[in-house]
Amino acid sequence: MVELQEMSPCAGLLPVTIGTVTLKEVAPGRMTSLSPFGDASEFGAVLKAAHGMDWPAPGRSTGKEGARCIWFGRGEALLVGPDPDGKLDKLAAVVDQSDAWAVVTLEGAGAVDVLARLVPVDLRDTAFKRGATVRTQVMHMSASITKAGTEQFRIMVFRSMAGTLVHDLKQAMAAVASRE
Amino acid sequence: MRVASKGLIDRSKPVHFSFDGRTYRGFAGDTVASALLANGVTLMGRSFKYHRPRGVMTAGSEEPNALITTGTGARREPNVRATVQEIYDGLVTRSQNAWPSLDVDVMAVNDLAAPFLGAGFYYKTFMWPKRFWEAIYEPVIRKTAGLGALSGESNPDTYERAYAFCDLLVIGAGPTGLMAALTAARAGADVILVDEDSVMGGRLNAESEAVGHQSGALWAAGIVAELAAMDNVRLMPRTTVTGAYDGGMFGALERVNQHTSKRGGGAPLEAFWRISAKHSILAAGALERPVAFQNNDRPGIMTAGAVRAYLNRWGVAPGRRVAVFGNNDDAHRTARDLMAAGVHVVALIDSRAEAEIEGFDGQVITGAVVCNTGGRKALESITVRSEAGEEALQVDCLAVSGGWNPTVHLTCYMNGRPTWREDIQSFVPPPGAIPNMTVAGACNGVFSTHGCLSDGVDAGTAALKALGKKAVAVEVPVAEDADYALVPLWAVAGKGRAWLDFQNDVSVKDIKQAAVENFRSVEHMKRYTTQGMATDQGKNSNVAALAILADATGRGMPETGTTTFRPPYSPVAIAAMGAGAQGHGFAPERHTTSHKRTVERGAPMIEAGLWYRPSYFPKAGETTWRQSCDREVGYVRKAVGVCDVSTLGKIDIQGPDAGKLLDFVYTNMFSTLKVGRVRYGLMLREDGMVMDDGTTARLGEHHFVMTTTTAAAGNVMRHLEFVTQCLHPEWAVSFTSVTEQWAQFAVAGPKARELLNGLLDKEIDNDNWPFMACGDVSIGGVAGRLFRISFSGEHAYEVAVPSRFGAALFDELVKRAEALGGGPYGMEALNVLRIEKGFITHAEIEGRATASDVGMGRMISVKKDCIGKAMAARPGLVDAERPQLIGLKPVSAEGEMTAGAHLFEREAEAVRVNAKGHVSSVGYSPELGRMIGLGFFAAGPTRMGEVVRLVDHLRGVETEVEICHPVFVDPEGERARG
Repeated sequence: MVELQEMSPCAGLLPVTIGTVTLKEVAPGRMTSLSPFGDASEFGAVLKAAHGMDWPAPGRSTGKEGARCIWFGRGEALLVGPDPDGKLDKLAAVVDQSDAWAVVTLEGAGAVDVLARLVPVDLRDTAFKRGATVRTQVMHMSASITKAGTEQFRIMVFRSMAGTLVHDLKQAMAAVASRE
Repeated sequence: MRVASKGLIDRSKPVHFSFDGRTYRGFAGDTVASALLANGVTLMGRSFKYHRPRGVMTAGSEEPNALITTGTGARREPNVRATVQEIYDGLVTRSQNAWPSLDVDVMAVNDLAAPFLGAGFYYKTFMWPKRFWEAIYEPVIRKTAGLGALSGESNPDTYERAYAFCDLLVIGAGPTGLMAALTAARAGADVILVDEDSVMGGRLNAESEAVGHQSGALWAAGIVAELAAMDNVRLMPRTTVTGAYDGGMFGALERVNQHTSKRGGGAPLEAFWRISAKHSILAAGALERPVAFQNNDRPGIMTAGAVRAYLNRWGVAPGRRVAVFGNNDDAHRTARDLMAAGVHVVALIDSRAEAEIEGFDGQVITGAVVCNTGGRKALESITVRSEAGEEALQVDCLAVSGGWNPTVHLTCYMNGRPTWREDIQSFVPPPGAIPNMTVAGACNGVFSTHGCLSDGVDAGTAALKALGKKAVAVEVPVAEDADYALVPLWAVAGKGRAWLDFQNDVSVKDIKQAAVENFRSVEHMKRYTTQGMATDQGKNSNVAALAILADATGRGMPETGTTTFRPPYSPVAIAAMGAGAQGHGFAPERHTTSHKRTVERGAPMIEAGLWYRPSYFPKAGETTWRQSCDREVGYVRKAVGVCDVSTLGKIDIQGPDAGKLLDFVYTNMFSTLKVGRVRYGLMLREDGMVMDDGTTARLGEHHFVMTTTTAAAGNVMRHLEFVTQCLHPEWAVSFTSVTEQWAQFAVAGPKARELLNGLLDKEIDNDNWPFMACGDVSIGGVAGRLFRISFSGEHAYEVAVPSRFGAALFDELVKRAEALGGGPYGMEALNVLRIEKGFITHAEIEGRATASDVGMGRMISVKKDCIGKAMAARPGLVDAERPQLIGLKPVSAEGEMTAGAHLFEREAEAVRVNAKGHVSSVGYSPELGRMIGLGFFAAGPTRMGEVVRLVDHLRGVETEVEICHPVFVDPEGERARG
């Protein structure tokens, strides 16, 4: 029987540290897109019962370390961590996305300044607190950004764009570091 | 020359730079202009049109004359203001627009021809013959008139773009801006303070006055230090706000490393900021305007405020024998400061007979004007005219003030029209010109320092109120609070040329000539004379030019109005606006999981949308792409080929109403498709034209996977959003892009099943996996999907696995294909294979083709409605004479065909009106041993077997071709089912 080896989206590209900021790839585990058919409130109850977390409001993520539900756009959330419960697909499209996204974290003093070079959204602590999430752009790429911790952001772009993500972030990291 | 004990420069840090090949010494804190003046260099440039010698006129970004080129080689940067460029060790600068040198410029002959070169000269002279304009006149004029030149090489510098957000953006850090920022910051607002200068403080750094109990410059430094220590304040020196846009958005250019030698290593030269502010305060100050008189442009003549700035800020006396000429009390300061610094002031000339001069005990001439000057490359004398007659004075510097113009520019960027204020003889911004912007201080016509300080506090307080924050009391320090007294003086009467727009060489005469020729509207006058159209946008000349036009046309200033200021406030390099988009930053590059291996095999990559796909996989000994392509076509026709098709759009559609959605967006029926089966579908736009095509598989009762073409994936997704959000929001259906989740490969050819059966955990055969079947499979324990579909007409499959296994599966497939006499194939082979089968791509469905044009009219189901159905039935779209899909082959086996060529009847002349169709796709068919193609021809299906003319005017190809059925290979479709 053939054995297929796995390869992560950013294999060979990361980690990298420039100045005070580090960019590294994250293995997010199972990622599942949840898109309720119509009203999300009924589905929210099923989600809560099955996984113990609320359906996230726009711009928010719910759950805890290892099992999160991240708002992912209009009528869509991304369940990150657990395998989706079998009851979910009665009321929503449940789609495996574990391999669809390149997931990285940008961490360190100045991470917010690096993102200010690429992202047209206010990501400072005052406006974007821990748990906040946004669908926005990183340079030219459609992205999902979540505040994962103090000076730590989790950034997701299409898997195929991993190389460009690393290129753009490294360029911004170098520019920020040059100002030190 | 330097004046001891004056200036904010650091005399302990000498700095060496060069200008026109000569090395000069300045100090840290100097600009090129101040350092050159300190070295006695007053000639800094040649004028645009007449190549007249010019020196520096101002001390800020409004400078019209002293434009220099910095850097060398590819790093050369033209039209840099010497008044803005700070010096650093190793800085190389040179003058521009002079040949052979600044000192001896032969083009100055233009100045002698000046009587013929006035406003409108080009329009009148170079009208005939018409074709001479582009070929001769314009290139010659451009060569002789102009600014600095670009290097023509690729720009090696790094630029940056960035976003910033704040409660309050304060534009300008003079006394007004500092107090506004302080007021808001102390109350806890999130403040960004921006100033174009390297040192914040504005005019306080250029004056000798006191604020509170210390010098203005020291006071400003103290406030800046307080602000810098606050977490809620961001100071942005060397940053110019270049534009105001909708929604509280501002553009700003930061000169990050223009003042240092730091290059490379990711360090940006400049940064272009987009600043989003809830509220803004414009505290941009005012610009001093000169007075127009004959020969008022000689090096050594500058604004009175600039003379004070060079003296007080940089410790430079711009001359040894200085005269001061003005129409207002403010000009008197210059005479006082110079005298106090020990510089000889020859005379203070005030145009007002009743002017009272305090604190200056040198020669005062009131009720007098300067009416002419002498000298050529430097000012040598001025002529003063008074009731007593004309008197010549020997001077090497003349400080001129015609009053101050509030810097209203930013308030005009959203169509605000400034209003005229008689008392200050200038324009001020109208209230509310920019939403949520407060205008304060000198740019709102408040000209005393105390007035500005308290206006700043008021503006800060108003901003806090607008932001819903509570203000805290801020004390306004004691400062100068003199009245701003002036009597208008725009131009001194007299012969000769009195310059208004120094950068574009526009004189008072030109403005008057425009009025005579009935270009009476300001906008017409501007375009006729080019006044205000230079890179400085006429910052020094606009108001005076309007005053002269108003006078010439017998109207007042308010009726005359102003021209329209537009962003950017000062020039911005395109490189800064496009920062990050050079090279790999231009667009995202989408790579498939097989990308690395494909590139390793030497495949040239082509872009499809943002994706990179292999053109072909060259092998040793092959010298042309055709050899590789023919070989790869052979793999698929004779053995087995492997192609990465992950780039095709894949949309997962789920829900009880999924079938309804598909029936509505596709022309044909999908709700009846059996689970485990795939169907080809055609999708129309609302207007009835074909939008996209592809296959959709039914994986479950409520579960489909739609495929789209690579380039149209985004469009189809958007289309589905539109349908489900706007047309049928009641449907219980959701869809998700799974393009990135699955790595998918075509395995095509007579040995396709043999290859797969060596790989799949459970073997397949023709009964359990017939043509157009689909379902789950397992490959080495990895859950995948298998679709038996064919874009080549051969026995073929597409196999999909989660992307993490994509690279490994590609390797495995290629290895096994090679063992069976096949291998990987690229886009060229894929294209030939599909043309041989008459399968369409976006070369055929390019937006103008209907379903019936591509021979699929009967795919529009009569049993149901679908998007585009009604519009597709319009008479023009069902006309039998429309060009319709046909196959094409050359009559002679060697005949050449090109995509994009037009088709004509055999005997018709090959001109546009006779075109009967065109060629959409061509390729060389190894199976037929000749080129084949697809195209469109009027009523084409009725013309089978006829010979027509193919003409490609662009590439000079003409071939006799035969119209044939578009399916060249296996028309019965036996192979795909086998």
